[in-house]
Amino acid sequence: MGDIAIRVEEIGKRYRLGKVEKYKTLRDTLASAFTAPFLKVGRLLRGEAADDTGHDEQIWALREVSFEVRQGEVIGVIGGNGAGKSTLLKILSRITEPTTGFAEIHGRVGSLLEVGTGFHQELTGRENIYLNGAILGMTKKEIDRKFDEIVAFSEVEKFIDTPVKHYSSGMYLRLAFAVAAHLEPEILIVDEVLAVGDAGFQQKCLGKMGAVAKEGRTVLFVSHNMGAITQLCGRAVQLEKGRLRRSGSAGEVVAAYLSSVAGAELKSSWSGESSEPNGSDVQFRSARVLSVDEQPLSITNFNESVLVEIAYEVKVPIRNLSVTCLLYDSMSRLVFESMDTDMAEWNGRVREPDIYRATTKIPPSLLRPGRYQLTFAAFIEGVKVIARLDRVLAFDVSGVGYTLQPKRDGIVSPVLDWTVCRFSEHERMV
Amino acid sequence: MQPNIQVIRIEPSKGWVAVQLQELWAYRELLYFLIWRDVMVRYKQTALGAAWAIIQPLFTMLVFSLFFGRLAKIPSDGIPYPIFTYAALVPWTFFSQGLSLASNSLVGSANLIKKVYFPRLCVPIAAVTSGLIDFAIAFTMLIAMMLYYGIFPGVKVIWLPVMLLLTLITSLGVSLWLSALNVHFRDVRHIIPFLTQLWLFATPIAYPSSLLSEPWRTFYSINPMVGVVEGFRWALLGAETAPGPMVIVSFIAAMAILVSGIFYFRRLEKTFADVV
Repeated sequence: MGDIAIRVEEIGKRYRLGKVEKYKTLRDTLASAFTAPFLKVGRLLRGEAADDTGHDEQIWALREVSFEVRQGEVIGVIGGNGAGKSTLLKILSRITEPTTGFAEIHGRVGSLLEVGTGFHQELTGRENIYLNGAILGMTKKEIDRKFDEIVAFSEVEKFIDTPVKHYSSGMYLRLAFAVAAHLEPEILIVDEVLAVGDAGFQQKCLGKMGAVAKEGRTVLFVSHNMGAITQLCGRAVQLEKGRLRRSGSAGEVVAAYLSSVAGAELKSSWSGESSEPNGSDVQFRSARVLSVDEQPLSITNFNESVLVEIAYEVKVPIRNLSVTCLLYDSMSRLVFESMDTDMAEWNGRVREPDIYRATTKIPPSLLRPGRYQLTFAAFIEGVKVIARLDRVLAFDVSGVGYTLQPKRDGIVSPVLDWTVCRFSEHERMV
Repeated sequence: MQPNIQVIRIEPSKGWVAVQLQELWAYRELLYFLIWRDVMVRYKQTALGAAWAIIQPLFTMLVFSLFFGRLAKIPSDGIPYPIFTYAALVPWTFFSQGLSLASNSLVGSANLIKKVYFPRLCVPIAAVTSGLIDFAIAFTMLIAMMLYYGIFPGVKVIWLPVMLLLTLITSLGVSLWLSALNVHFRDVRHIIPFLTQLWLFATPIAYPSSLLSEPWRTFYSINPMVGVVEGFRWALLGAETAPGPMVIVSFIAAMAILVSGIFYFRRLEKTFADVV
């Protein structure tokens, strides 16, 4: 132990808000100023960014972040929405350049920011294995060697020569993950690819990550799943608003992070643009928790219903889009997950571009008194997470008239109907 | 510790960046797979399939033969007009198709570019070279026409690969410029049809370049497609217009476009993932 695998030194990344991130049409440009396009083209020819006018609003997605990862270490990266985790991954994967600072990577890197990157709908499973493998950085020889193993792992042998557009989303995901799982770089950079899919699949992914870690390879792992971080990682770093907030043993960092988010203030509504990568196909517009009479709510009693409302904009037609709502308790345990496609009505349908509003009701007498946080995510079943709003709302459940033993175990304490009769009376009735 | 561990340094780049051909070489397998994908996908779900590679130049040839050959009686250097124009349309179609595919290639691969690192040059290169299959298909038709008209090329045909190389250089050079520009200005998409149409008539496809007299003809071949078209005709059909100086001028022009295109592309490359 001791050789450095990844060294990040004062890394910073600046984005210009709104401007550079959107492409331009000449019409837009002409509308704003007639001479601008000429200046712009001139600038572009010199190779500067298109909108380098110097007075755009800028944000630092990352600022002066430094840390080191030793070889064989498994390090977790945690942080809330907009903390800079994705930007950090993109820089370390060489997808985008830092604005300041530098990073050194010692060894062959494989980065997995998504499963199934580059899969082509018209190609067969077999063809996609080769294509995706090559995109992830495997050589043809390597893929040839591992081909049977990949197919076996994916459990889609029968359909290996069928175009993947005919696959179910589960098969698609298994195949995509199978290829990714057989990537054998010295350093693996993994984003939250584990956030989708059923529990069984997530477990399989975690198992594979654990195995990779045991082989002594270096892993940098970004996740919202604190359980997975503490389980897999020895060390963790926490980012907050682009800066390195904490680093240390995974247990400590996670605990400190959780206590900081648990102390977050109550927030019954949110609106704005989610900080998703520019041009994201789905964007959240607003989220609210409401009382039954549709008033914004920050405290409710355990025996009252809570309405959850989320509005999002779909920009291109998408099939199998679901928006999921995850409820976390004060210990950051997932209480439940519920999707707006749980009802058959929207399941499997193509969502045409529009703004959608999804509402649901959390039944009364289910949650135990305490503080809860809501996370929303839009994803394509089994393919990828498109947008995510982390712990964006928080509300308290009070316990007025709560008769259940507060020390009772369990994440929820539903008040269930019990029928109890005395045995001797029962005897008499028979 | 492994003796030859590879160290990558990630840092902001400034100004013009090196081309790093060795890195492109290291990713040759990916390039191969991308070309292969483009070829595989091109005619999926089409009724006529690869026949499209012939249909396009063939119908253009018919229209040109009727209007320019028959009605306008445009000279064709003593070669039957249909084959005179078809021999030019084969490399031309490769060029114009390559241009329109490649210019949208980066935007079309946005998903890849935002999720995986690889030399971005692979994307337009794959888009352009995948057209070689179409070229080969259309070329068989040209051979059939040569047999029909009883035209045999002779030894000059050994120059054909050079002409093909010139076509490839030209199309790649222009494509690199357009694909990189298209990331920032989607206007490029609208310019392409218009550009290829103008370029078509600026190239001696429907007419011979021998309509121009000498210093002008060589000057004319600053448009590299002039060298390509005249080169093809000369190498295959034994056209009278000797293309020597024209091809040289075209080569120089094409190389200038390619080299500047590569550097321009590399310079903008770092912004692709943030903008596309």
